Amino acid sequence: MMRVVLPAHLRALAGLEGEVVLDGPAPATLHELLLTLESRFPVLRGTLRHLPDGPRRPFIRFFACGEDLSDLPLDSPLPAAVVQGLEPFYVVAAIAGG
Amino acid sequence: MTQVRVLVGTRKGGFILEADGRRRDWRITGPLFAGWEIYHMKGSPAAPERIYASQSSGWFGQIVQRSDDGGKTWQAVGNQFLYEGEPGTHAGLDGKQYPWVFRRVWHLEPHPSDPETVYAGVEDAALFCSRDGGQNWEEVAGLRTHSSGAYWHPGAGGLCLHTILLDETNPARLWVAISAAGVFGTTDGGRSWQPLNRGLQSSYLPNPEAEIGHCVHRIARHPARPQVLYMQKHWDVMRSDDGGARWQEVSGNLPSDFGFALAVHAHEPETVYVVPIKSDSEHFPPDGRLRVYRSRTGGHEWEALTRGLPQEHCYVNVLRGALAVDALEPCGLYMGTTGGQVYASADAGETWQPIVRDLPAVLSVEVQTLP
Repeated sequence: MMRVVLPAHLRALAGLEGEVVLDGPAPATLHELLLTLESRFPVLRGTLRHLPDGPRRPFIRFFACGEDLSDLPLDSPLPAAVVQGLEPFYVVAAIAGG
Repeated sequence: MTQVRVLVGTRKGGFILEADGRRRDWRITGPLFAGWEIYHMKGSPAAPERIYASQSSGWFGQIVQRSDDGGKTWQAVGNQFLYEGEPGTHAGLDGKQYPWVFRRVWHLEPHPSDPETVYAGVEDAALFCSRDGGQNWEEVAGLRTHSSGAYWHPGAGGLCLHTILLDETNPARLWVAISAAGVFGTTDGGRSWQPLNRGLQSSYLPNPEAEIGHCVHRIARHPARPQVLYMQKHWDVMRSDDGGARWQEVSGNLPSDFGFALAVHAHEPETVYVVPIKSDSEHFPPDGRLRVYRSRTGGHEWEALTRGLPQEHCYVNVLRGALAVDALEPCGLYMGTTGGQVYASADAGETWQPIVRDLPAVLSVEVQTLP
C-alpha cells in the first residue's frame, strides 16, 4: 500500500477526497509511481508531467520524508518509508502567481 | 419553448446562463471546474447537448472536458496535442527562433453537422482536429508547416490560434486567425493553406503591408454571405468581400479602431458589432464609457449602443471571444467583461442589462439557441 497526497485541484479533477491509497505491488521508482497514478486516474495524464511521457511540469514538485525529490532522475528508487506506506508521497503545486 | 444557453469561460471557471426565449429571467450554474481558466466553451450545432470546454492551468496544463447532457455532467476527454513531426521553430518577440511548444487550447469549434468532429485552435499556434468527440487529436499540420511558419511571432497574449471559422456548405473550407501571423484559409480540408492578409496595414511591422505578422484579434462572418469576412485587427476594423483575399478598412467613425471583440447579427449579414477599446496600452473603453458600436452598412458608419451599459468610470476590457449573438428574433447579444459582468441585449443591441455582475474575468462567451 502506498499513499499519495495530491493538490486540491487535482483531487477535484480526479473526483478524490483525501489521500490516494494505491493498493497492490508498490511502485519502486518515481517513474513507476507516475505511471501507476496515470493508469489508475487517466484524467491526471498530462497534469503532472508533459505528455506523452515528458518531464515534470515546472510548477509541480515532489516531496517525501522531508526531502525534495522533484529533480531526481525518474528511475530513482522511492524512499523505503514511502514504498512501505509509512510516509506519504506529496505532489505539490508551487505557490506562484496569484 | 425556445431556450438560450450562454456558455461563459472565465479566469476561474466556467458558467452556464440559461433563459427562455424572452431572455428576462436567468438561471446561473457554476463555477464549473472552479479555479481553472476556462478559455472557451462551445456547443455542437449538430448535437446541442454536447458541449466542449477548454480547461487550462499554468500549473497542471490542458484538460478538455465534454458534456453530453447540456452541461449537467462532464467527462475529461483527450488532452494530448502533439505537433506532427519535428515541430521546428517560430519567431520570438526578440527576433530569435524558438521551438513550438503546446501550451493551451484557445478555441474549440465543433463541426456544424458531424457531432464527432471538433477542431481546436491552440498556442503555440496550430490547428488540431478530433473525429471521435475529442478523445484523440491530430494536428492539421499543413497550417503550421506553411512556409511562413518560421516568421510567425507571438502577440502580447502569446502565439495563439484563437479563431476558427467553418463553412457550413463546404466542409473543406476553413479560415483561422492567429496572433500575430494573420488570417489563413484552406479550401482542401486543411492540406494546403494560403495567407489571407492583403490590404492589412500594421505600422508596428518593418513592412506594414507584409504578408505575415499582423495581429488579427478576431474574424467573423455570416452564413448567408460566405465570402464576406469582418475583422477586428489590433488596430483597424476590416472587411473582405472575397473570402479574405483582399481587405479594406471600414473603421469609419469609430472612436477607436483598436479592440478585440466582433460579432455579426444573426439575421442581417451587413450588421456588425464591435467594442472599441482605447489603445493597446490602455485596455479599457474610451472615456470610461462601455459602448458597443453597430454598423448596419457592413462597416464605415457606426452608431454607439449605450442604453444599460455603464457610461462613466468603466475601465473593463472585452476580450476577443467575449461577444456573441443568439439566433432569436430579435437577435440577442451577449458580452462578457474582464470585470466579470455579462451583459445581454434582447433587442439587437438597443438596450442592455447585466445577467450577472461579479464573475471572474470573462475570457469567452458563446450562445446556443435551443428549440
